[in-house]
Amino acid sequence: MEIERTISVLVKNRPRVLARISGLFARRGFNIDSLAVSTTESEEISRMTISTTADPPTLSQIAKQVSKLHDVVKVIDHTNRRTVERELCLIKTSVDRGQRGELIALCDVFRGDIVDIGNGTVMVQLIGDTDKIDAFVELLADYDIVEMVRSGKIVLDRGAQKE
Amino acid sequence: MMAQEMIPGAQALLRVFEEENVDVFFGYPGGSVIPIFDALYDSSIKCVLPRHEQGGAHAADGYARATGRVGVCMATSGPGACNLVTGLATAYMDSIPMVAVTGQVRTNLVGSDSFQEADVTGITIPITKHNYLVKEPYQIERFADVVREAFYLARSGRPGPVLIDVPTDVSSGCVPWTPRNIEALDAYEVPEPPDAAAIERAAEMIAKAERPVMMIGGGVVNGNASDEIRELSAKCNLAVVHTLMAKGCFPESHELSMGMPGMHGMAYASYAIQHSDLLVVIGARFDDRITGDLSRFAPDAQVIHIDIDPAEIDKVRYANIGIACDAKTATRALIEAATARERGAWEERLITYKREHPLGYTDDDELMAPQFVVEKLHEVTGGKAIIATEVGQNQMWAAQYYGLDEPRKWCTSGGLGTMGYGHPAAIGAQFGRPGELVVDIAGDGSIQMNMQELTTGTIHKLPYKIIILNNSFLGMVRQWQDMFYDKRYSGVDLTGNPDFVKLAEAHGAVGLRCGDRDKVVETLERAMEVDDGPVMVDFVVSKEQNVFPMIPAGKSFENLIGCPMARK
Repeated sequence: MEIERTISVLVKNRPRVLARISGLFARRGFNIDSLAVSTTESEEISRMTISTTADPPTLSQIAKQVSKLHDVVKVIDHTNRRTVERELCLIKTSVDRGQRGELIALCDVFRGDIVDIGNGTVMVQLIGDTDKIDAFVELLADYDIVEMVRSGKIVLDRGAQKE
Repeated sequence: MMAQEMIPGAQALLRVFEEENVDVFFGYPGGSVIPIFDALYDSSIKCVLPRHEQGGAHAADGYARATGRVGVCMATSGPGACNLVTGLATAYMDSIPMVAVTGQVRTNLVGSDSFQEADVTGITIPITKHNYLVKEPYQIERFADVVREAFYLARSGRPGPVLIDVPTDVSSGCVPWTPRNIEALDAYEVPEPPDAAAIERAAEMIAKAERPVMMIGGGVVNGNASDEIRELSAKCNLAVVHTLMAKGCFPESHELSMGMPGMHGMAYASYAIQHSDLLVVIGARFDDRITGDLSRFAPDAQVIHIDIDPAEIDKVRYANIGIACDAKTATRALIEAATARERGAWEERLITYKREHPLGYTDDDELMAPQFVVEKLHEVTGGKAIIATEVGQNQMWAAQYYGLDEPRKWCTSGGLGTMGYGHPAAIGAQFGRPGELVVDIAGDGSIQMNMQELTTGTIHKLPYKIIILNNSFLGMVRQWQDMFYDKRYSGVDLTGNPDFVKLAEAHGAVGLRCGDRDKVVETLERAMEVDDGPVMVDFVVSKEQNVFPMIPAGKSFENLIGCPMARK
């Protein structure tokens, strides 16, 4: 049974490390649904958040194969863990003056922000988990979406709770 | 603080070679590695000049397989480095420890499409265990450790080839000579000692099994675990099948050796696996050439899988017990945990089956059977030679008819199946083990892929032998066309082959030809007498012999096509 799951890969901040990881996914036929790469609390370490859809044996293979790469410091599998998950989305829609109010109301419900108003366009910024952004994008289907970009999912495990 | 000693990068490279006890390596010069060859001028390390970089890569690989040490090769930037690619891929697939050093254009030119530039680290990511482009200051400052790290990575854990790409200004410019400090390898984990509880459960499974079989692979060679395998087999009376890679790790002359399973394996090996209720798999990875149709492979067997690479466990076949550990340590632990087991009805059944279903071939053609030549080679050499093979029918007949009782006497491209591998590998093996007999079992097709290395052999007076089983065909492809494509022979006819005797002579080697059954032994004996250079023997054999047994691709043991009955 194929399920979606997210892993974080901590890698040494070195040239070509992204090529090593993405090449491994490509040549072994693993899917990447979403990929976000960034700096971390340590200068020497970068963090890749990778979402993938696969059956459980494949998921386990992915983690094991990625772990073998020399530049990989740690692989964190977020499955069944308490996490905070976020994605940022920018959507530029084509709206006439009459539709603006309606769009702004919709944004309020989703706690989105209007970040740019152009000649006949409005750009919305939305932050949330993937489901929320998917739902918002679906609602915007009634409008004309000119351009859209999503940052890809980023995830951190939540801190420990008091006993 | 003492001032850091600064030396040219080329010298630092060779100093680390000395630290690593590199006695010989295979290197081909070119513009971007001239600084390294210049430093070699003053060095005691022997650099052998192959006649093609591919030959150098395979020679380093053959050296590594025959000695267990890291094989080293070197090539210049661009085309030189690209010519190493097949050799690296071959070593990667078979987990062979190798370090390849390539020249690269000056750091300020990297990425500008300059003369003889190729993105070699990019090209080789999928076929190396790791690679380095020594371009950034942080790498140049610890260049000596980069080279040390390459050797360490190549031989530790699951071995493999590691490439270091060195721009000309790094090899000719100065780098600090730093003492060994490679703890920076913090991210690299070699599997821990085996899980004691898993070993206990494995021992219990062996004790309870009615029809256990041990299957050993290349991990046993790399882990130097042959003694432990023999001991475990002796203590628990386990029958042993070996993959192509593990040939010799368990004596093939042993009563409990069930030979090699798989597509062209022995019928009794496949029989043993197919009817077993427990497979103890050590250092093998369930390659498709072994399993055929996975869903019908060893259907009744539970699996204990020991492998140094955790990613191999459950990759192809689910393991009831998976133990990520090196073969030697894990097998040792298993020997201690296991209770002695008597030989029983199952083992007797296997021995009987083996006796009743031996290998065999027909030899009624006017030209002799190629298998006959390999059998005679085994006789004449007492089964003691180090065997290299090319790829195709010759490789399978070598595996079937040249029984080996010791490990590290077998150099064959198992995973990648590289034609042209055997000849340079034989050269590498001969450099690694100078006093011993090395034989390349070849086909008339594959020998032509690295023929140029005969010159290397002649110049260094290497007394290895090349046995060409010459059927004037690309035999394995012809066999598939014969069996599965209505005999529509396409692209396999090698009529018009060169005269191999003259070709040997032109290279300064000895050339012999034999097309007569009755003269095979005599010809082989003559070949063995030559001790000051290579001998190439052209055995003219039956043109359309097929390799049997055969389990067609994707099929299983029930579809095994057996050997034609021997008429001897």
